[in-house]
Amino acid sequence: MALEEPFDSRTMKRFAQAINIIDSYLSQIEVLVMVGAMEIYMLLPKTNCKKCGLPTCMAFAVGLLGREKKIDECTPLIEEKKYEAKLKKLREVMAPLENASETGLIIHPEKCFGCGNCVVACPVNVAAEPTRSAVGLGPESEKVILRVEDGVVVANNLKECRRFGPNKTLCNACTATCPSKAIEFV
Amino acid sequence: MATCTGCSLLCEDIEAALENGALSHVKNLCRKGHGHFQAAFTERTVPMIDGQQVDLDRAIAKAAEILRNARSPLLYGWSNSTLEAQAAGIKLAEKLGATIDDTSSFCQGILMERILSGKIPTCTLDDVRNYADTSIFWGSDPSSSHPRHLSRFSYYPRGEKRQKSYEEERTCIAVDVRKSATAKLCSNYYFRVAPGGDGEFLEAILAVLDGKIPRVGDKKKMIEFGSILKKTEWGAIFPGLGMIYSLQDKMELFERLLAKLNEITTFKVIPMVGHYNMRGFNELMREKTGFINRVSFKGGARAHGPEHSVVAAARTCDAALVIGSDPLSALPFGTARALARLPLIAIDPRRSMTTDAAKVVIPSALSGLEAGGTAARMDGVRIKFEPIIDTQLLSDEQIITRIMEAI
Repeated sequence: MALEEPFDSRTMKRFAQAINIIDSYLSQIEVLVMVGAMEIYMLLPKTNCKKCGLPTCMAFAVGLLGREKKIDECTPLIEEKKYEAKLKKLREVMAPLENASETGLIIHPEKCFGCGNCVVACPVNVAAEPTRSAVGLGPESEKVILRVEDGVVVANNLKECRRFGPNKTLCNACTATCPSKAIEFV
Repeated sequence: MATCTGCSLLCEDIEAALENGALSHVKNLCRKGHGHFQAAFTERTVPMIDGQQVDLDRAIAKAAEILRNARSPLLYGWSNSTLEAQAAGIKLAEKLGATIDDTSSFCQGILMERILSGKIPTCTLDDVRNYADTSIFWGSDPSSSHPRHLSRFSYYPRGEKRQKSYEEERTCIAVDVRKSATAKLCSNYYFRVAPGGDGEFLEAILAVLDGKIPRVGDKKKMIEFGSILKKTEWGAIFPGLGMIYSLQDKMELFERLLAKLNEITTFKVIPMVGHYNMRGFNELMREKTGFINRVSFKGGARAHGPEHSVVAAARTCDAALVIGSDPLSALPFGTARALARLPLIAIDPRRSMTTDAAKVVIPSALSGLEAGGTAARMDGVRIKFEPIIDTQLLSDEQIITRIMEAI
């Protein structure tokens, strides 16, 4: 098949350069939404005052990330003026975690392709609908956790999720199969 | 259940709820398909001649007049029309002695010809789901172009022989110039090629399969790739436009690779067709004329060749009918400019560059949503669908038939 004008090596080189530039921009755009325990720790007073009931500030940071503790429980951070900037930053980084569900699931609908990889990969979906979800078709029943509606993924029945409750397992079938990082766990 | 005509996967499990003639809630539709369905409610075309709104009968009469008076008309597009409309279109071309071509001429045609003539082995997507343990996406990014490809067929679903699916039994490989969304999913098996370097890459694989050390590329990675291919029980390759534009005249290399792979194990190829019914047109044309595209019926003969492709014909014909495609925004500038100078007849449900430049615009019903019909999926399986919305608009097939009657 003849293209209009065959590409010469110089055009090809420019092509390669353009792709590299686009790639570097794309990698910059992908900002990590999720914060880590270390990042939270850096924004705490780091005095290990034990006022929150935990032995260290690091333990409190882990508690915050697991949503067992609240920012307000760290009284020095709230009361003392010198931590004001840190408190503001902490509330900023913790904001996306507030939308998380009981299992820590966060869905970013604006990033979702609606491809349904998570719907087909989710082990609970597969067990609930072995003739549909498991073989790639859209689920029919209400028992499934993930389904695609209006072009994006939505979550229901989170009680069935393997990450629910105290005996949870750290299943990551839905996050690992997402091409656009539209699903995350806290 | 509705069928989505957003891409060539033709998903049949769409549950759509309607309210006051509009879609209120849709289940199982991917983002691309959702956009395609929503498009039915914005920027629809109206019958027009020279930018003035007229009634449909006058527009059809004018279109017939243009085609009747033309010495060598071109009928282009077809990939977004049903098989019935395409069959009517081929008849119209025969009657007019016109040149007929579709988007495959500038797209997957070169590979599709080899698939339909049996030079390259192929299979259905259901076979891929049931048996495949290696899927190779070569120059294609289904996560963006066919969002449900991986989840419905090629990687995640559990098939007859592949119950453990992506967790244990399936491998997904991406060969691309950039780390696309699909390449991120198979991060361990992502092979980067330079733009235009697919030919060298192919030669390197052939060398590895022969037990030689490849001359180009990362030798260790190439040998790893070769060993995955050798261990495969049942593999499928999905070549996209990236690979086809890069290989161009070196398609024999790909044929050689497939022959070599099939000596060792089983490998099949399904081209990643973009438009929902491009393969249907190619199959129909092959049945009727023996060629898959680029045919001229001038003087009652059936001439085939590059001089009858849309790129060349745009410069030599004196009128064009464009249906189910937007060549003015999709084709290279030179060709688009040549087309825009002609008296154009555009049949399209929605406004596009082509309808803006056209002399006659005829609105049609959106197939899958407002019009029923049959279409061939990317693997050749024919799928019949029914409309879910009632409309006064004519379908592509009815429009072509009426133009033919008027001529």
